[in-house]
Amino acid sequence: MGSRKKKTTERRNDGKRMQFRVVGTALRKVDATAKVTGATRFADDLFLPRMLYAKLLRSPHPHAHITAIDASKARALPGVKAVLTAKDLPIPFGILPVSQDEHALALDKVRFVGDPVAAVAATTEEIATAALDLIDVQYEPLRAFPDAIDAVEHPDPAIHDYADAGNIHKLIDLEFGDVDAGFREADLVREDLFFFEGNTHLPMEQHAAAADWSPGGRLTVWSSTQTPHYVHRALAKVLELPAARIRVIACPNGGGFGGKSDPFSHEIVVAKLAILTGRPIKITLTREEVFYCHRGRHPTLMWVKTGVKKDGAITGMHFKSLLDGGGYGSYGVASTYYTGALQTVTYPIPRYKFQGARAFTNKPPCGPKRGHGTPQPRFALEVHLDKLAEQLGMDPAELRLRHLVPPNSLTANWLRVGTMGLGRCIEKVVAGSEWKRRFKKLPYGQGIGLACSSYITGAGLPIYWNAMPHSGVQLKCDRGGGVTVFCGSTEIGQGSDSILAMIVAEVLGLDPLHIAIVTGDTDLTPVDLGSYSSRVTLMTGNAAIQAAERARDLIAPHIARKLEVPAERIAFADGRVFDVEQPDHGLAFAEAVQLAEAAEGTVGTVGSYTPPRSAGRYRGAGVGPSPAYSYSACVALVDVDPATGIVRVPKIWIAHDVGRVINAASVMGQIEGSVYMGLGEALMEEMAYRGNRNVVHKIPSLLEYKSPTTLEMCDVVTYVVEDPDPNGPFGAKECGQGPLLPVPPAVANAVYDAVGVRIDEVPITPEKVFKALRRKDKGEEPRFGPTRFPEIPWPEPTRVPPPWEGGDGTAVGQSVGRTVGRHA
Amino acid sequence: MPDAKAKIALDVNGEPVEVAFAPHKTLLEVLREDLGLTGTKHGCELGECGTCTVLVDGTPVLSCLVLGLACAGRRVKTVEGMADGGVLHPLQKAFAELGAAQCGYCTPAFLLTADALLAENPHPARDQIKEALAGNLCRCTGYIKIYEAVELAAARMRGEKAEPARETLYGQP
Repeated sequence: MGSRKKKTTERRNDGKRMQFRVVGTALRKVDATAKVTGATRFADDLFLPRMLYAKLLRSPHPHAHITAIDASKARALPGVKAVLTAKDLPIPFGILPVSQDEHALALDKVRFVGDPVAAVAATTEEIATAALDLIDVQYEPLRAFPDAIDAVEHPDPAIHDYADAGNIHKLIDLEFGDVDAGFREADLVREDLFFFEGNTHLPMEQHAAAADWSPGGRLTVWSSTQTPHYVHRALAKVLELPAARIRVIACPNGGGFGGKSDPFSHEIVVAKLAILTGRPIKITLTREEVFYCHRGRHPTLMWVKTGVKKDGAITGMHFKSLLDGGGYGSYGVASTYYTGALQTVTYPIPRYKFQGARAFTNKPPCGPKRGHGTPQPRFALEVHLDKLAEQLGMDPAELRLRHLVPPNSLTANWLRVGTMGLGRCIEKVVAGSEWKRRFKKLPYGQGIGLACSSYITGAGLPIYWNAMPHSGVQLKCDRGGGVTVFCGSTEIGQGSDSILAMIVAEVLGLDPLHIAIVTGDTDLTPVDLGSYSSRVTLMTGNAAIQAAERARDLIAPHIARKLEVPAERIAFADGRVFDVEQPDHGLAFAEAVQLAEAAEGTVGTVGSYTPPRSAGRYRGAGVGPSPAYSYSACVALVDVDPATGIVRVPKIWIAHDVGRVINAASVMGQIEGSVYMGLGEALMEEMAYRGNRNVVHKIPSLLEYKSPTTLEMCDVVTYVVEDPDPNGPFGAKECGQGPLLPVPPAVANAVYDAVGVRIDEVPITPEKVFKALRRKDKGEEPRFGPTRFPEIPWPEPTRVPPPWEGGDGTAVGQSVGRTVGRHA
Repeated sequence: MPDAKAKIALDVNGEPVEVAFAPHKTLLEVLREDLGLTGTKHGCELGECGTCTVLVDGTPVLSCLVLGLACAGRRVKTVEGMADGGVLHPLQKAFAELGAAQCGYCTPAFLLTADALLAENPHPARDQIKEALAGNLCRCTGYIKIYEAVELAAARMRGEKAEPARETLYGQP
């Protein structure tokens, strides 16, 4: 009867002593059947009685004052029920407290082509669309800023009336030790410039939202959002309605990838229109409009200077980044910090300096895309290291293996690294890809490249400052033996609903399919902050474990009394509750619940999770800390056609340290999906602009925005490395974002191995490879990439001694106890 | 003002259907808005992503590019018509087992495209599967679990007792 052995409640990094029944298996996801039968209701699948349709009028100008709006003709069109302009929604909003710079409809100026200006509610989409043409908007165009360098160099006219300097939204200067001393100690110092082009999430589902206003004065909003809690807050603020009268329901997202993480204009507009018309209303963005919503990868220019000893040990690093933010703040302040935060968690960097700037430009706002602000610096760092290894005459895999951040250590910027499985990841891909046999040994045109990375498993601090948990779970045990889990988390395809079911099933010894899941509904579920920053499994998982353990503790004493054994001998498994020493002596879970309910009343529990306190206490220390860091290593094999510059990637080997697998099939899916998205970014995906000073979107369509089809996607060999982390539920860390990061630099490094040219810019298009090959033929530097980093008015640096130089994580001169940095 | 409605008769998922709709409507709109078959999704409504794929007389078509009127008398199959009563089609079962449906938004289109492929070629090679699915975009899976699910379903439809390979679900050792 080994299978009925009592399980320990201990879950702190001692996986070997635990026996799992559910965790670690490859279970069919709880929503899989609905998804394969087309039964899943996405936001645009909602059709409500008497429903109206909304459309947004968007700006044709990249940067202009609005001098007049006349909507009278639109209002007079039969079938039009309401028209909104900025004066109807004058209160600003934004995802970060420091960037409340958006209006649902542009207030006095527009800041990119596609900025919403007016909204119409009508009985049909056709009438709403026709009404948009009848709205007369007078614009006074302003100089438009097409890119970050232009915005840095031209402070006027200012895109926003707030910024750290001119059109520079945010300036950061952080110094952890004396990097110049580090460079003086080095045997080799190298500088490089890199550029990572912007790209977008491209979820297959276009954003949609519906709203309904009950005569009783309650508002319900359904939306394809990853963050119903933040939408809830933004609606309450902009509509000036008590949050208690607003219900936000996050529909299952048809892909998110970070693109549905901001509160959006269209969500606020349908809510307002529902209130005004008293009728349910829906808006579905066109694919073109999804490109205008954007919030994708920031185009980022980077400069890095690193000193190394002969053996590859880093003595100091100075990293600069300049982000092209687009027209609004969005998550941009956090994104900027992220371009400098995680360099330190892979290889020891004893002294580190980071300078980051984000410029406003007149393009759709950039924000968080899978990897949020970290794929760009990771690309730079890993290609830079490849160059350093070559100069040192070292194998790049060997260089990395020799210099790994030790587990349970603090980094120069005060990030607390727990478990660290990167070494095992490197060993897996090196062995699997036959690295040593292939590197530098393949025929001209074929190459192999390696890169590594790390990512956070949830941010240590919330977006808005508060002391409450980041995730909450309520659990209801039914007399029939069913258990319902209520959690504010949002299912975006990553499998978060299934994680809740599996974790509760594991603790209570039930079949995951007997667990009902209710998620993403602000009326029904306790707050979870949302599906972003790879936080969901760790945070909802820990909250679910707590709730389920409390249910077990509530039920167990009653069963112990009934069985006349001590309570600590009561075990939950296989749908039964029993004496661990006589497994046949027990009763069905449903009967156990009934006994507990008879004695205690309704059987329900709650659980919640708050991340551990971060070590850094300086201004800006809020971005980077995480309960646990995942690690990835990647080897890419490429074929480069020197005649055309076309790069093909036949195969990628990826190893990912996920801490502990909860659902094996989901882990595989997340890793393969990350590799796919990283491959797209490496080879083809880019937000390109044209015309009118390069601010008109060149390609707001799925055909012209190139993403990998089945014909471009490579074979993937996946290794799942488990190194259970004490902070993760059963030891689990993230796997949904991290495995994207090493792919672009691995491909770039492989291209160099294949044809001897450095492409220091993604996407690595045939044109760039071809140009670099031409330069090589002419005896010029065999490289394609940026050639300058502009002068930026950096502020006085915040100087924070690294842990090994003493100090307590505060900045020099900082008043004691001051903690700033809410931009998690 | 919208034109007067047109009425057609067609076969949808094996059932005779009569439906009236504005004549400019696409098959996609007729299915979703007039027949309540919201299992058919849309990603662009411009014929670029494959998300709205349905079968017309057994052939995959982009329902966003086909006028509803053009389907009079035709046989249309949507994802709602794949399961046999409560029993999932082998493709649906394999997609669910392997996690080939993540967000699930492109899934109906992939299922129907694969259904047409297997009707024509019960034993497709991996490259033939890729070729057949090249017009359908998926942003979640990297397509790999989709290929594996099509192969698993194909094997089962041929009567083989196929189970997912261990490395498919757990990775390489």
